[in-house]
Amino acid sequence: MDIVKEVLDKQAKEAEKYKPINVVKHEEVKIDAGRLMISDPNVFSEEIKENTESYLLNLTRDNVQLLVNSIWELPTERLDEHIVVKLPKPSFALPRARKLPVPRAPTKWEQFAKDKGIVKRKKDKKVWDEELGKWVPTYGYQKYKAERDKDWVLEVPKNIDPMTDMFQKKKDLKNEKIAKNEISRMKNIARAQKVDMPRVGFVSEESASAKDLLVAATIAKASTASVGKFQASLPKEKTARGIGVRELIPGSQKRKRALNNAMEKSEQIEVVDKLLKKRPKIDVEKAVQIQKREDREEREKKPVEKKKKGGSKSKHAKKFTKKPKSGMGRAGNKKPAGRKRR
Amino acid sequence: MSLLRIQKPKTRKGKTALLEKEPKVIENIKNALILEGRKTSANIKDLLKDIATFKKPNCKVLTRNNDITPFEDQNPLEILANKSDCHLFAFGSHSKKRPDNVIMGRVYDNQILDMIEFGVKRYKSLQEFKNEKVNIMCKPCLVFNGDQWAKSDELRHIKSLLTDMFHVEDVETIRLQGIEHVISFTLSEDLTIMIRSYKMLLKKSGQKIPRIELEEIGPSMDLSIRRTKIASKDLYKLAHKKPAELRVTKKKNVTRDGLGNVKGRVHIDRQVVTKLQTRKMKGLKKTPEEKKAARKLKKAASKENSSFV
Repeated sequence: MDIVKEVLDKQAKEAEKYKPINVVKHEEVKIDAGRLMISDPNVFSEEIKENTESYLLNLTRDNVQLLVNSIWELPTERLDEHIVVKLPKPSFALPRARKLPVPRAPTKWEQFAKDKGIVKRKKDKKVWDEELGKWVPTYGYQKYKAERDKDWVLEVPKNIDPMTDMFQKKKDLKNEKIAKNEISRMKNIARAQKVDMPRVGFVSEESASAKDLLVAATIAKASTASVGKFQASLPKEKTARGIGVRELIPGSQKRKRALNNAMEKSEQIEVVDKLLKKRPKIDVEKAVQIQKREDREEREKKPVEKKKKGGSKSKHAKKFTKKPKSGMGRAGNKKPAGRKRR
Repeated sequence: MSLLRIQKPKTRKGKTALLEKEPKVIENIKNALILEGRKTSANIKDLLKDIATFKKPNCKVLTRNNDITPFEDQNPLEILANKSDCHLFAFGSHSKKRPDNVIMGRVYDNQILDMIEFGVKRYKSLQEFKNEKVNIMCKPCLVFNGDQWAKSDELRHIKSLLTDMFHVEDVETIRLQGIEHVISFTLSEDLTIMIRSYKMLLKKSGQKIPRIELEEIGPSMDLSIRRTKIASKDLYKLAHKKPAELRVTKKKNVTRDGLGNVKGRVHIDRQVVTKLQTRKMKGLKKTPEEKKAARKLKKAASKENSSFV
């Protein structure tokens, strides 16, 4: 028994050497270990007014001790000779810096491919060229060199001018392709941002599709004062149909002709009915304004009569009820008076 | 990530820089823009300098004077913040009407979310305390003292703003010896914010957890609240919205007990006893005649179906 007492005594003496690490609080403190943050909702004692600095130091010390006590209990790891502690996720929420990311709207091709179930196949970076007898890049860097080696001579077709520069033609075609691609990129951006875009008739003769050309021809033909009624047509000519073709033809909406006698009759009757049934519209705002004006005029008339009756006590009739202030009489009084203070 | 812009970036570096400014699921740490107004006092200059030292790699300090009054016209400040990609700002100024003035605020989605104007009543800079300081970029412990912090919406905003301003990057793990800086924010009865900064000393306690002692290293300041502009409730809520990818969805029927064991509950349909596979025996096998009859029946059924179609 003596030994036990001795050990306990020794431990007690050892403990006396050190200051305590436990802290007692009335109200529970809120600890956010993930953000190393502690909020202490306890009311201050009167001491804060006398020794502010020392009180703050002690108060903060106690709170930090509580925070440290909770952090030291978290699971630890050993990382390159250091003891690191795994912090939980912070619970005190802070606002974001930017909006939430939204997925990019699919391009027209992406949408089409998805509808049709077209899956993108990955091309090889280099392909074997039989003609040149070497590996040639499919696209990008050094592609043009292989192209140049391959097409060192170009044939001029019989049906065109023999003096045509085929190399220039090839270059132009490629540039056109790039331009077309750029336009569709712009269109995709506009579609994603929901901007109204003017419709493009067709890009050029060479890159436009048959459908584009047909639409252009139909619109051109109908762009007369009589909406193309007296325009001669070719033997097997087609007219473009589809969403929005009619809208593109100027004046097409105005001239909806009645098809037969009965329809025309009903249309005319409708017009006459409309005219006969017409009632005057009441513009409430205008009516209120008129009423107000009349009231005001009446009011302005009355005091003149009163004056006559009551005689004249003072020569100057009181116009202002309040004392006039400086700066209040300026025309277009919008600015506050006085020096501009910041 | 997407880049929906008319002009394509010409270099890869430019593209990455632009993508860095696009909204992200996990955001970078907010940078602080530190700038001065038309005129500043010595106190305010020191204060801005000290904030910059604490924020260091995550701040941008503008050295020239700016003819800006954020509470009258916040547009120029927004432009400056967007240009330097900062989402926090500290703006110092000094005038006869508002001496020793500092405005702290945040930017959300290229617009000012909230800004609070503080008057500096008393300031003692970092340099005036002659002692050893803490390492830069060490994560500080933030201590909020007082029951007033939750009293009004405005004060709650201020608490959030101060946390945003002084906290350093969220980390998953932290070195125990690396926790050495404490910033305390005390809100007194008369709504003065007393900010003190201490160095943490770990003393022996005879146990595993050390005894904490503090030593003031500065800066020390008393701030009074002047004008405020806080975000509307809707905007504030929107700014706090978490992306769906980061939201934790509760898993049904799976629980964890205190010992770290995973317990699951499995729901099974009622067993169909008639179709139960029992032991296979020769005697229970179908005879060829039976098989043939079954096939015939099946064929007839399929024919009938097709005729309906």
